[in-house]
Amino acid sequence: MRALASRLLQFVLTVWAATVAVFALMQILPGNAAQVAAGMSATAEDVARIEQEFGLDRPLIVQYGDWVTGMLQGDFGTSYVTDAPITPLVLNSIQVTLILVVSAMVLALLIAVPLGTLAALLRGRSLGAVLSGLSQVGVAVPNFLAAILLVMVFSLGLGWFPSSGWQAPIFGIGGFLSHLILPVFSLALVQGAILTRYVRSAVLEIMREDYLRTARAKGRTSASALAVHGLRNAAIPVVTVAGVQLATLLIGAVVIEQVFVLPGMGSELVRAVENRDLLAVQAIVMVLVFLVLALNLIIDLLYTLLDPRVRNAA
Amino acid sequence: MSRLSAAVAGTAVLALTITGCGAGADSSTGSEANADRTDIIVAHTAEPVNLDFTTTDGAAIPQALMENVYESLVRIDQDGEIQPALATEWELSDDRLTYTFTLDENATFSNGEPVTADDVKFSYERVGSDDWTNALGAKMDVVDSIAAPDDQTVEITLANPSNTWLFNLASLVGAVFHPDGVDDLANTAVGSGPYEVEEFTRGQQIVFTKRADYAGATPGELDTVTFRYFDDAVAASNALKSGQIDVIGNLQTPELTSDFEADDTKQVAEGTTNGEVVLSMNNADGIFADQTAREAVLHGIDEQAVLDTAWGGHGTMIGSMVPPTDPYYEDLTDVWPHDVEKAKELVEEAGIEGEEFTFTVPSRPYAQASAEMVAAQLEEIGLKPDIVTQEFPAVWLDETMTNHDYDMSVINHVEARDLLTVFGEGYYTGYDSSGIEEIAAAADEGTEEEYVEGMKEVARTITDDAAAGFLYLFPNLVVADATVTGLPVNAVSDSFQIYDLAWS
Repeated sequence: MRALASRLLQFVLTVWAATVAVFALMQILPGNAAQVAAGMSATAEDVARIEQEFGLDRPLIVQYGDWVTGMLQGDFGTSYVTDAPITPLVLNSIQVTLILVVSAMVLALLIAVPLGTLAALLRGRSLGAVLSGLSQVGVAVPNFLAAILLVMVFSLGLGWFPSSGWQAPIFGIGGFLSHLILPVFSLALVQGAILTRYVRSAVLEIMREDYLRTARAKGRTSASALAVHGLRNAAIPVVTVAGVQLATLLIGAVVIEQVFVLPGMGSELVRAVENRDLLAVQAIVMVLVFLVLALNLIIDLLYTLLDPRVRNAA
Repeated sequence: MSRLSAAVAGTAVLALTITGCGAGADSSTGSEANADRTDIIVAHTAEPVNLDFTTTDGAAIPQALMENVYESLVRIDQDGEIQPALATEWELSDDRLTYTFTLDENATFSNGEPVTADDVKFSYERVGSDDWTNALGAKMDVVDSIAAPDDQTVEITLANPSNTWLFNLASLVGAVFHPDGVDDLANTAVGSGPYEVEEFTRGQQIVFTKRADYAGATPGELDTVTFRYFDDAVAASNALKSGQIDVIGNLQTPELTSDFEADDTKQVAEGTTNGEVVLSMNNADGIFADQTAREAVLHGIDEQAVLDTAWGGHGTMIGSMVPPTDPYYEDLTDVWPHDVEKAKELVEEAGIEGEEFTFTVPSRPYAQASAEMVAAQLEEIGLKPDIVTQEFPAVWLDETMTNHDYDMSVINHVEARDLLTVFGEGYYTGYDSSGIEEIAAAADEGTEEEYVEGMKEVARTITDDAAAGFLYLFPNLVVADATVTGLPVNAVSDSFQIYDLAWS
């Protein structure tokens, strides 16, 4: 219980430290929103007038205080650049990113768990080597390259799926899925390859354990011994890695959203940075940071569930 | 284990639904199928930050809204000529100070209210107020007074005669608003144009619908026009190839032009713009404060080679700050011919051989590609450009434009008739404008012929002073489905006009 409490306190402190870091980073970013809004024919007075209108001339501590107080009430404020509230914008874009990232992770696991296990079972045989080789290639391919190749083949070549864009599920599930499939595969293929390698080594590790040897000695085949006694244990390192990789996927999604013109957090972030829409940048970065930290927290807790040793030690 | 397998089973079902669903893509490339369509999707690059050009700079907002949603009294047609818009006719007094406009009596705003002279007075007086922060509002500074003797008549008196004012009025400063429609300009547009904004989804698109009650000069053809925004130029090209969009407003991947030209289902039109790609040099400070050094650069550069490399040869040689569609254009491409030997002599004369200087380049494809080529040519004549890429707009505006912290830069100046701004006092070019100010002022106040002659002299002086390099005029490469008609091929006004778009 105490361990849990201290883990939660650690989480809260990290989130707070992140707000300070994010806010400070925004201040040292060169260029400002007033200048961008004023554009190429503006004089220094024009810029100063807009700065005042945006409230950028207020003391930093006041700006920071307003921002944090607002966030605690679930309000990211109103963008001075778009003159629209930021919270709905963040909520809309986070949906897109989460759908993308979660689907990609699920698909990656669907690829990785059977393939990795198979590769481990077939170690030393030619098919096993082929599987390992394929996953090696997958690891080497960057997400965006996978995306470009998929668009060339399945969109421009075969015409099966749209090359870009997004359709919310409420406007038709068919359109939603057809827009989703290529971005998800771009992320999942690479991710699947990475996870396949982890699953394979985790399974190999487990197969060397005494309890599996005992199970085999009692007459089980390697596969059934693994299925009954091994997979749960093999899942521990895989869950850890999958958690870490989920954070990588979030970052990968930023690029993939650009390639497929998806209105997710990545696209929103790029746009907000370009316009120096600092409140929007802060909001998006904070949500991303929060997600990654929360994810780590969940993984830690999940770890406790999966491994009684950790649970008892705590 | 049981939880795990349940999760696996659940996701397997999801995966099956995904893969089983197959193609939802509508690849409607059949030309006959398009003839009955009442909608069209147009791709553009830069998305409007908001809908309020009275406070926010950037070409994307007027591109979407001017002429389509908001109208001015006059507009600029595809040939660069002034045409009636909200005003059906106008007269200029003998002292050339007072314009009397007659408003179209059928004109209404999208909120149903008629467009009256009072609305025009309200709108134009607002340009000078604190509510209007876009610096382009300065174009209305010459206005002395505005009177509305009756509902259909507007009298605008200028402080001094001005040839440029009526032309400027066709730009966003001339937009007529309804007094009740200016509360939330960033999100809601109430205009008198043939279309209204049905939906503005940030990060994705703007949907325009045709106004049934529009009775003005430029009625719309199609019921629905969508502007979809693609940050990524390749994604836009792919979307056109796969039939998700119908038009690319200005192709930013010129290397793909020949692909589209070879495709029978597509059409490519190369039009002109007001965008001069300028090789700016800091005239006020540093290595290029010396005119000899600037002359060396201009002799050292082969503009055609820059254009060929940077934008696939699409664009026009100009040699001055004036596009061929302006009345005072003259061909000045021969003033500083490409002459490497001469350039080397001038480098020696200026004593700048091997001297390093800062070449700031905005992070835009045309600028990056142009700068690489220019830098290579300058190295050939013994100069050492140090290329610094600056994020555009934020960092470039801050460092180069505001702080003048640069020696050389390359940028597309997109405003119409902007030579007096770009080479005006205090601007980042650092040009000594004392030699052109009086000529320009006299030209603006003079007769139309005097205006043309005077402005020619201004442009020639700027070029003769080697104030900057004029690399090329940025092209407008419109690519569309072969059956689209009414495309605005020339981007010579603020607007991308959607009202003539149709299917054949």
